[in-house]
Amino acid sequence: MALLETKDLGIAFGGLRAVGNFNMKINENELIGLIGPNGAGKTTVFNLLTGVYLPTEGAIYLNGENIVGKKPFEIVEKGITRTFQNIRLFKDLSVLDNVKIAFHHKMKYSTAAGIFRLKAYWKEEKEIEEKAMELLKLFDMQDSAYTTAKNLPYGQQRKLEIARALAADPKLLLLDEPAAGMNPQETKELMDTIHFIRDKFKIAILLIEHDMGLVMGICERIVVIDYGMTIATGTPEEIKQNKKVIGAYLGE
Amino acid sequence: MNLLANFLQQLINGIHVGSIYALIALGYTMVYGIIKLINFAHGDIIMMGAYFTFVCIVSLGLPLWAALIIPVILCLVSGILIERVAYKPLRNSPRLSALITAIGVSFLLENVFFKKFGQNPRPFPQFINPTPISIGPLQISRITLITVLVSILLMILLDFFVKRSKPGKAMRAVSEDQGAAQLMGINVNSTISLTFAIGSALGAIGGILYSVAYPLIDPFMGVMPGLKAFVAAVLGGIGIIPGAMLGGFIMGIAESLTKGYISSQLADAVVFGILIIVLSLKPSGLLGKNIKEKV
Amino acid sequence: MNSRWKANTINTTSIILIYVILVLLIRMGFINSYYEGILIEMGINIILAVSLNLATGYLGQLTLGHAGFMAIGAYAAAIFSSRVNMPDLPLLLISIIIGGLLAALLGFLMAIPVFRLRGDYLAIITLGFGEIIRVIILNLKITGGGKGLSGILPLTSFSSVYFVTIITIAIFYTLINSRHGRAIISIREDEIASEAVGISTKYYKTFAFTIAAFFAGIAGGLFAHHTLVLDPKDFGFIRSIEILIIVVLGGMGNLTGSILAAIIITILPRMLMGFADWNMIIYSILLIAMMLFKPGGLLGKREFSLYKLLAGRKKSHGNAPVKNEGSE
Repeated sequence: MALLETKDLGIAFGGLRAVGNFNMKINENELIGLIGPNGAGKTTVFNLLTGVYLPTEGAIYLNGENIVGKKPFEIVEKGITRTFQNIRLFKDLSVLDNVKIAFHHKMKYSTAAGIFRLKAYWKEEKEIEEKAMELLKLFDMQDSAYTTAKNLPYGQQRKLEIARALAADPKLLLLDEPAAGMNPQETKELMDTIHFIRDKFKIAILLIEHDMGLVMGICERIVVIDYGMTIATGTPEEIKQNKKVIGAYLGE
Repeated sequence: MNLLANFLQQLINGIHVGSIYALIALGYTMVYGIIKLINFAHGDIIMMGAYFTFVCIVSLGLPLWAALIIPVILCLVSGILIERVAYKPLRNSPRLSALITAIGVSFLLENVFFKKFGQNPRPFPQFINPTPISIGPLQISRITLITVLVSILLMILLDFFVKRSKPGKAMRAVSEDQGAAQLMGINVNSTISLTFAIGSALGAIGGILYSVAYPLIDPFMGVMPGLKAFVAAVLGGIGIIPGAMLGGFIMGIAESLTKGYISSQLADAVVFGILIIVLSLKPSGLLGKNIKEKV
Repeated sequence: MNSRWKANTINTTSIILIYVILVLLIRMGFINSYYEGILIEMGINIILAVSLNLATGYLGQLTLGHAGFMAIGAYAAAIFSSRVNMPDLPLLLISIIIGGLLAALLGFLMAIPVFRLRGDYLAIITLGFGEIIRVIILNLKITGGGKGLSGILPLTSFSSVYFVTIITIAIFYTLINSRHGRAIISIREDEIASEAVGISTKYYKTFAFTIAAFFAGIAGGLFAHHTLVLDPKDFGFIRSIEILIIVVLGGMGNLTGSILAAIIITILPRMLMGFADWNMIIYSILLIAMMLFKPGGLLGKREFSLYKLLAGRKKSHGNAPVKNEGSE
């Protein structure tokens, strides 16, 4: 059974059908790219998958369960997390706090335990402090643990957003233009990071990107979308030669 | 037949006070539209308009035309001054700080006038002949007619000004996007000052009309009408000029009908209750646009 | 770790020390009942400010109806204590808890329509609810209507207020520095991102709002048994604004700031009494000036720490990353 499968997924805003007949399958541990021209509906697909938008047609199956209609935080609990096109960090909080917050839904201690500082509080807080620092170490950000998020350089902010999304323990990670604004060196590092986290955490990754070097370089499969509908899927080689895709997006 | 006449009478009262609320609401909505500030001091402009007029007529014995124009100009200038001194420095600060400052200005105005005039309410001069005109079974006082006509006239003028004139378009541009407006060569500071000037002038006129209808003035008279006018602006969609007009009339009519048919004690609650119901159904107000945040 | 134990010890010691000193001064007559009343008012204002701060500073939602919850707590506690026979201290505590619970219940019910809105619309609707509460109290027989409620038992004392205040501050401190507090703060920072990392924003908004209402009710209960007379006019939106001023003055999301500002705002009008009818004018000018010069509040984002003050500057010159105690 596929990890994620969409069946004729679609959404219309008033008269405008932003996404329609969207069919996609993602298996465990796969690295998939979602590409297409601006306005094609890529982020809309992300918003549909994460429950931010309610589809007007179709279904989304996560491990066989239809998650349409579930709230975003419920979908996180089911195993999908994401990053955002325009970074959405908790700007005035520290780097460490940004990551700690993402552990929230896995923690168990009650309000009373927090207020009266019962054993569970100390135990779990210590655990996530360690886990959060470990995660930051993987991204080489442990030295900035106490820096306020808004003071980080841009590239680090993007890394932090990915770290935070990982902290929420997903089975499927959605990355929305993670390389936007990065220079070739940073992009290369990002590619290595994405590979690394896929292998280490055994998660599937779906990424939206315009940087074809990155997409063709790391994605095992690519889904191409235009005007809200899939126009091609296949391996990078297949996509590179697909006439429809070239016409709509890639160019000669 | 009596029932109908009664109802129409209440309706007319509602339109009367509603038109005053609408005038005042315009000041709130214009300022909010352009700098996203809830100008708490606006309610006190009403009070200032009333007191200035009082002083002009009673203490200075000025002719009526002067006693109506001078207070409006004084309030207009006050509005501009307040913005320059108290709000402009906080344009880049958290919005809440400007809100607290506005509250401070409101307290200041109230207490300055309290110090000068004491807490005893003063009787406002009746310069409009109150004898009612009969239309069928209805008694409509001249005050009502003049109030409603003046209000509607001013609203039409304002609407025309905002839609057709260059400064009016500048106001709309600055409301949409201050940065872009500046890049287009619009003088943002003058535009904001103009907004405050017009809003305060309308507020002053609203204050005069209010005092003609309820002729006891005191330094805190602006608080409740100001609050209700503000609620009216929100009801119609804050920042939207036609919304303020619509909201004002709705508030006035609701208040009047409640006072007439339920109880005057509960009028305030009903008015806020309407607000809650409207916002629950239309979260951005009656004419507001529901702009969803882009994810 | 070590520094936290030291900080806790210093804080606990100073709390007990301050209490002992003040009680001695009261017993010996150096602090007469007028000044004792001011200390009680300070405590009540602190509870009001700290609870409003949770909803406004930490959760990030501007609410303008806090006085309504205070009113519910005040009237409920007063009505209860007038009908039950019990020794003073337990009676007070039970009454204010009942007041708090009733206020919390209303806060919980209000949260449903309130949180369908955002920003300034949310603020206005809370103002509306606050006014409706005031008008309802004005029109009920059991609350005395327009004449108000009088003959309330004088159960509030400096000691009881002091300890309720300290407990309140402690609860808010531990709440904010727990995962639940982090969840609340994340909503203020970025609601969409908060939802996207697994936090039920609806739950936590309701949660914060209800807790804020509860403690406003507690403060109301203490208030009722201190002023002994309740007038609905005391609980209008002007009162809500006064509490908001304290929160903004101290710094939004700043616990010690709220405490400091509450103390200042309690004392300030009285210090200005000497200026006769200029006092409110000076007060408003000071308010405007404080906002113009310190728009982020007196303490801004930095919490006041007695430990840091006493430990001196030694800590901040090391190589270790600087950790702000209050921001865990």
